[in-house]
Amino acid sequence: MEARPQGAPAGRSGDGAPARPVADGRTEPERVAVTPAAAELLRMLTGKHGPLMFHQSGGCCDGSSPMCYERGEFRTGDSDVLLGELRIDGVPDPVPFWMSAAQFAYWSHTHLTVDTVPGRGSGFSLEAPEGVRFLIRSRLLED
Amino acid sequence: MSRYAAPGTDGALMSYQPRYDHWIGGSYVAPKQGGYFENPTPVTGAVFTEIARGTAEDVERAIDAAHAAAPAWGRTPPAERAQLLNQIAQRMEAHLEELAVAESWENGKPIREALAADIPLAIDHFRYFAAAIRSQEGSLSQIDEDTVAYHFHEPLGVVAQIIPWNFPLLMAAWKLAPALAAGNAVVLKPAEQTPASIHYWMSLVADLLPPGVVNIVNGFGAEAGKPLAASARVAKVAFTGETTTGRLIMQYASENLKPVTLELGGKSPNVFFDDVSAADDDFLDKALEGFTMFALNQGEVCTCPSRALIQRSHYRGFLDAGVARTEAIVQGHPLDTDTMVGAQASNDQLEKILSYLDIGQQEGARVLTGGVRAELGGELEGGYYVRPTVLEGGNDMRVFQEEIFGPVVSVTAFEDFDEAVRIANDTLYGLGAGVWTRDGARAYRAGRAIQAGRVWTNCYHAYPAHAAFGGYKQSGIGRENHQMMLDHYQQTKNLLVSYAPQKMGLF
Repeated sequence: MEARPQGAPAGRSGDGAPARPVADGRTEPERVAVTPAAAELLRMLTGKHGPLMFHQSGGCCDGSSPMCYERGEFRTGDSDVLLGELRIDGVPDPVPFWMSAAQFAYWSHTHLTVDTVPGRGSGFSLEAPEGVRFLIRSRLLED
Repeated sequence: MSRYAAPGTDGALMSYQPRYDHWIGGSYVAPKQGGYFENPTPVTGAVFTEIARGTAEDVERAIDAAHAAAPAWGRTPPAERAQLLNQIAQRMEAHLEELAVAESWENGKPIREALAADIPLAIDHFRYFAAAIRSQEGSLSQIDEDTVAYHFHEPLGVVAQIIPWNFPLLMAAWKLAPALAAGNAVVLKPAEQTPASIHYWMSLVADLLPPGVVNIVNGFGAEAGKPLAASARVAKVAFTGETTTGRLIMQYASENLKPVTLELGGKSPNVFFDDVSAADDDFLDKALEGFTMFALNQGEVCTCPSRALIQRSHYRGFLDAGVARTEAIVQGHPLDTDTMVGAQASNDQLEKILSYLDIGQQEGARVLTGGVRAELGGELEGGYYVRPTVLEGGNDMRVFQEEIFGPVVSVTAFEDFDEAVRIANDTLYGLGAGVWTRDGARAYRAGRAIQAGRVWTNCYHAYPAHAAFGGYKQSGIGRENHQMMLDHYQQTKNLLVSYAPQKMGLF
């Protein structure tokens, strides 16, 4: 699998990642969005920490959850796929949402929505001390 | 049935303090920034203690204390360290029930598991590494008649350990025992979901430990875990958790050129060949228990057998019996001795499990039993309970590929040996696996073909010390639970010694 192009996404108002054009003229479907509660949390965390990023985790314990870091804290590479750049009203920089390419191979048929729930952690994700946790809600991609 | 009294109530075997600071240098130290966070029990959702919210300043102080203690501790005779580990084991054994109550209340696990597994295994782990260090030998190589290479084991110095929340005390024991045996001083960060039981453990053993040899810094990953993992002043980081944090810890370690051991979970296949059903006997009964092992510890086990692969020729009969066994699980108050499945460890864990039950059904998985939150009512109303769940579907579904970390098994059929191995290996992970068959040769071939660090063969979820445990593929790096773990906590010092009086003749 190839990493998806990281070209600047077309503008769109509201919260979420816009659909992106791909080379052959088709439109790459939106893969990731945020709920209003997650957008509010991202606004708050941006105020505290500056530009942010997500990397979707897999595995044990707090795995299968999106981890939120200061942008650049977690180094992505050729083994990762950029699923989208979340545009949040009131957050200057889009928030990129990454996943390992190997994991994406099993996730690519689903659309992800970043939500929040009351919780306790964990990993090194930035929201845990606020008593909340980012959570992925999924649905099947329609195409 | 009997029920243990909740900590701090009438008749309770133990009680928690209302607050825990950091344990640094042999005493409790308040957090530099003065913050605390509430610690709820997943049994009822009620807060039972508050915990210091550690930051980088607290981590630095703990690392200072560990460095102060490490040189003298590293020079103690192995027999002395073995003695200390045996004393810890003895103290724990004398308080086994109290530790089990503490762990059950902290984590939500059924006390019968804590009494039968978590705490006895933790005790044995200290004894095992006492024996391992006592009997460890260096080596020497005779290079030539007058030249000898001596190989000594030396401790690394100060090591960092980040403990998961699914077996708070047992996972701490898995990491502490080899590190201490090898002569290291430790800075340990418990999970923020389960930070308290390790402090109760410390209250039992503190007088045995030289100050600074074990330090406990509490707090959140972002605030206390990161400065610990990223510190240039720790010689090694050991972590059990998930892949993104594992990568981040490796990234920090690479900046300091430090080693790591990582245990990052799995999606373990449990393979049932058709000869399992050839007789209605003890072995079939054992295999059905093996199927139901997905519910052990509420499924919050890195090796949870969360994919059951059943040969088509006995698929329906075996699966029906497995569902019946699942429905016989007693779910209830974790402190009841009859309870088999207790509470999930946290609210976010509960929510994550429910989100997977949702996407699994969207993908077409059929719910054969369970599939919903368990509303147990009464004082358990605020707790985090999920009905043990059997899903039926295909291996490309996300519920077959991602660690749900709940009492959920995803079941699919296979035709023959080759397909069983192909499906078993069609996963990013390779931590555990199970193989069930009456045919020893088939069991051997399957066990060798499955890419996983541990293949339970005609058993599951046994964790004896002296059996190496660790992952293939994305499940991590290193092997715990075995004397080879000492290698992960030791340097090799080679003295290359010449006993010859003659010069080499080059200069």
